[in-house]
Amino acid sequence: MDANSAEPALLVDPAQRIFKVARRNFVDHDIFEAEKARIFDRCWLYLGHSSELPKPGDFITRTVAGRNILFTRDVKGRLRALMNTCPHRGAQVCRERKGNAKSFQCFYHGWTFSADGKLRGQPGEESYPDDFKSRSTSNMQPVPRYESYRDFNFVSFDPNIVSLEQYLGNAKEYLDVICGQTDAGMSIVAGSQEYSIRANWKLLTENSIDGYHAVTTHASYFDILMNTTDNMSSGTGGGFGYDLGGGHAVLEYGAPWGRPVAQWIPGWGEPGKAEIARLYDKLVAQHGKDRADRIALKNRNLFIFPNLVVNDIMALTVRTYFPMAPDYMVINAWALAPNDETTWARKYRLNNFLEFLGPGGFATPDDAEALEHCQRGFKNSKEALWNDISKGMGKENPSHNDELQMRAFWTQWNRLMFPGPVPNIKDVAA
Amino acid sequence: MNAVNRSDVEDFLFAEADLLDQWRLPEWLTLFTEDAKYEVPCTDLAPDASPDTSLFYIADDRVRLGERVKRLMKRTAHAEFPHSRTSRIVGNVRIRGRTEREIDVSCVFQTLRTKDGTTDLYFGTSNYKLATDGEGLKIREKRCLLGSEGLRPSGRISIVL
Repeated sequence: MDANSAEPALLVDPAQRIFKVARRNFVDHDIFEAEKARIFDRCWLYLGHSSELPKPGDFITRTVAGRNILFTRDVKGRLRALMNTCPHRGAQVCRERKGNAKSFQCFYHGWTFSADGKLRGQPGEESYPDDFKSRSTSNMQPVPRYESYRDFNFVSFDPNIVSLEQYLGNAKEYLDVICGQTDAGMSIVAGSQEYSIRANWKLLTENSIDGYHAVTTHASYFDILMNTTDNMSSGTGGGFGYDLGGGHAVLEYGAPWGRPVAQWIPGWGEPGKAEIARLYDKLVAQHGKDRADRIALKNRNLFIFPNLVVNDIMALTVRTYFPMAPDYMVINAWALAPNDETTWARKYRLNNFLEFLGPGGFATPDDAEALEHCQRGFKNSKEALWNDISKGMGKENPSHNDELQMRAFWTQWNRLMFPGPVPNIKDVAA
Repeated sequence: MNAVNRSDVEDFLFAEADLLDQWRLPEWLTLFTEDAKYEVPCTDLAPDASPDTSLFYIADDRVRLGERVKRLMKRTAHAEFPHSRTSRIVGNVRIRGRTEREIDVSCVFQTLRTKDGTTDLYFGTSNYKLATDGEGLKIREKRCLLGSEGLRPSGRISIVL
């Protein structure tokens, strides 16, 4: 088997409501290598949030699809995404995770660069031509493409990719709804959750937009939740899954947990009730009742192809992940919050976040366990060949706990991985 | 209990580690005061960061710590079913400060966890506030500062550190 195998990666037959995914997509080394070239080198990938670099001179180093990126705010306040490698002999220029700096010096031969990547000086300048510093090849190279939407910054290593806004397409509207929680802007809260799962990265894509697993995988979380909500069920009421095109997808649904913007639960007491009411009224004044209700009371698990999840649930989390091997991924996750949030709301937001989310929470570790056991199950993939993600196929409006979202992801994945007509694939779901 | 010395503290911390290694979590929970906290900050935060303003991995008050214990004893705590096997070493125990009510203690920890054929290491420093104003020592605060860069490859803190 290899990435160009005639064996289909998907088996799709809408008439019979069949949608199957070959398990070798999760284990095959050639598929893993092909994904680097056909997906991660050709998509827009999340780099970071503008709020992480509030002041000129602020910088962050981050790894995106295996590349070392230096993300800076230059003296003029403009954000820059640079390839973190010295134009001279290749050493990684900045070796710190984050900070504030007037310039960056490569420690190998001492070349110094400003935050926009321009060469400012190098020892032994007299041995170089006079115009050396004005040559663009003397500067740290910018990432081929860098754009942002509503403070979400993305890079692409494909110089010919469509604009970020065009790429985001229908997903933009959901980012707008999420950013509509406040008119004061949003910031990433200090503290990065950096973890890993011994499973294929696509399992986390599926899991992040899977409304079907919650009741069983997270049974123990819901036991605890019922203590803080007094078994209140007013926040539930179902929801829907949407294929946003381009591999992006979203679930939008009601749920019993408290939302810091803005769904109160008894566990938050009377002071919380007043604050949540204030936030809700503000949303109504700003957006009108219908949109305010959507922002305040609906939850959204938004997936932006191929590896960004923005979950607007009991807290707001931004999560991105990268494959390191067919059976190992690394994950970075952050909490996002409105800038004008009160001390009370910020505290309860973070408290809510930790109860469910992250590698020390009451839910994420069980997700990781499930993903790792899928990966174990795929050791049988030569005999037991297929995953089934057909739930809700053929419905006019699939529910949030159907599997339309996963079909949207896999359809785009297949399109990028196998652009030519592939024999044996009967169809690819629309 | 001003007479508490380092070997008393060591005995207490070793006994705590032993209860955790034996998965006697309900008993372990009784080591905590009613106003206790158990916290694990993210590894890019300052050691004294507050969970009210920064994102942690774990920030339990006594109520949530109780929920954590209850959860971990259930079959539906999938990440720890069947229970992993662990071995904790606690060392470099030092008394850092004393007041009428409590003592500040620091130690280093190395915890090995094995499950399904994979062994992971968790290591770092734990800072305790141990209440000395009751009967015997009790934990008023336990903050585990991971020494690693993030949680890789261990991936998660499904056990108690």
